[in-house]
Amino acid sequence: MAQFRLPKNARIQKGKEYKAPAGGNIRVFEIYRWDPDSGENPRMDRYELDTDRCGPMVLDAVIKIKNEIDPTLTFRRSCREGICGSCAMNIDGTNTLACTQAIEDCKGTIKVYPLPHMPVVKDLVPDLTHFYAQYASIRPWIQTQSVASPDKERLQSKTDRERLDGLYECILCACCSTSCPSYWWNGDRYLGPAILLQAYRWLVDSRDESTGDRLDELEDPFRLYRCHTIMNCTRTCPKGLNPAKAIAEIKKMLVLRSEL
Amino acid sequence: MIGPYYRPQLTSMLSITHRGTGVFLSLIGAPLLLGWLVALAAGPEHYQRVSGWLASAVGQAAVWLSLACLYFHLLSGTRHLFWDSGRLLDIKAAYASGWLVLFGTAALTALTYWIAR
Repeated sequence: MAQFRLPKNARIQKGKEYKAPAGGNIRVFEIYRWDPDSGENPRMDRYELDTDRCGPMVLDAVIKIKNEIDPTLTFRRSCREGICGSCAMNIDGTNTLACTQAIEDCKGTIKVYPLPHMPVVKDLVPDLTHFYAQYASIRPWIQTQSVASPDKERLQSKTDRERLDGLYECILCACCSTSCPSYWWNGDRYLGPAILLQAYRWLVDSRDESTGDRLDELEDPFRLYRCHTIMNCTRTCPKGLNPAKAIAEIKKMLVLRSEL
Repeated sequence: MIGPYYRPQLTSMLSITHRGTGVFLSLIGAPLLLGWLVALAAGPEHYQRVSGWLASAVGQAAVWLSLACLYFHLLSGTRHLFWDSGRLLDIKAAYASGWLVLFGTAALTALTYWIAR
């Protein structure tokens, strides 16, 4: 059954306000807060921050809030340079990495939510268990039937290697999957753009010898064909990759295969 | 659940409009056309009555809305065909073709109105 509102205990309420001392370049951050132990509904806390005394990125602001204003704020972060994918959040209406999203590129009040439509562990930390399980389900490693040469790696031509460009750069931050309305609604069975981009990455790897099996597993009304080319995924990818294109290529591979 | 805090974008808005116009066409547009054809076959009396209703404000709204939906669904469906062949799949092309669908719908509807006037 379609659900159009959040369940009662997930509806967001007005939260606390933290005012900044007057002066400086004040920006307002509204951040989603939810503590599983409190038994309360989620709330939006409002933090005022002098951005003259803060780093340029949204992650800098979130860290500053945790360090100086409210140490209970919970979020994931690691590399702070867009390579680990930990700080993926819904910022200013789109999913992106807090560490590569400049504060000055956000308009007005900067609203920060956890990645949409994932179970929330706490505050800005989404539960990615299912996402990772889906990743494991595509068997993201080289599968071979032929016997490996004892004295040589499995080599790849330059052209074959180039086919992985735009695919291997994916950091599995889940921004694209959680921007996809199809994944919001059918994420239990639809693999979503991030995992399908990875699936394509192994399909086109010239060293992989399981292409047929991989395609068999993808040929499913839910796993692959819940993609309706909405393209929110490509629009939101913080690494500039194109999951929509990768999914279209998988669909093409299936069509071409059935013609033979 | 629908995403409560995701910004509406051309990508997702055109996608849901494609679906919405498709639903509208099958629930209103196609029955309207069929009803008109049946009335035509049923003789002058029936045809008169249906034409009269179609000329009313509600009838006119249904006709023009169906037409606009048809143009949108046709253009947007063509865009989907390009996508299915692996073309126009970068964000720039998706936005350009998306706007083209919107302006095309407006232009074709206006053109039809101008011819039918």
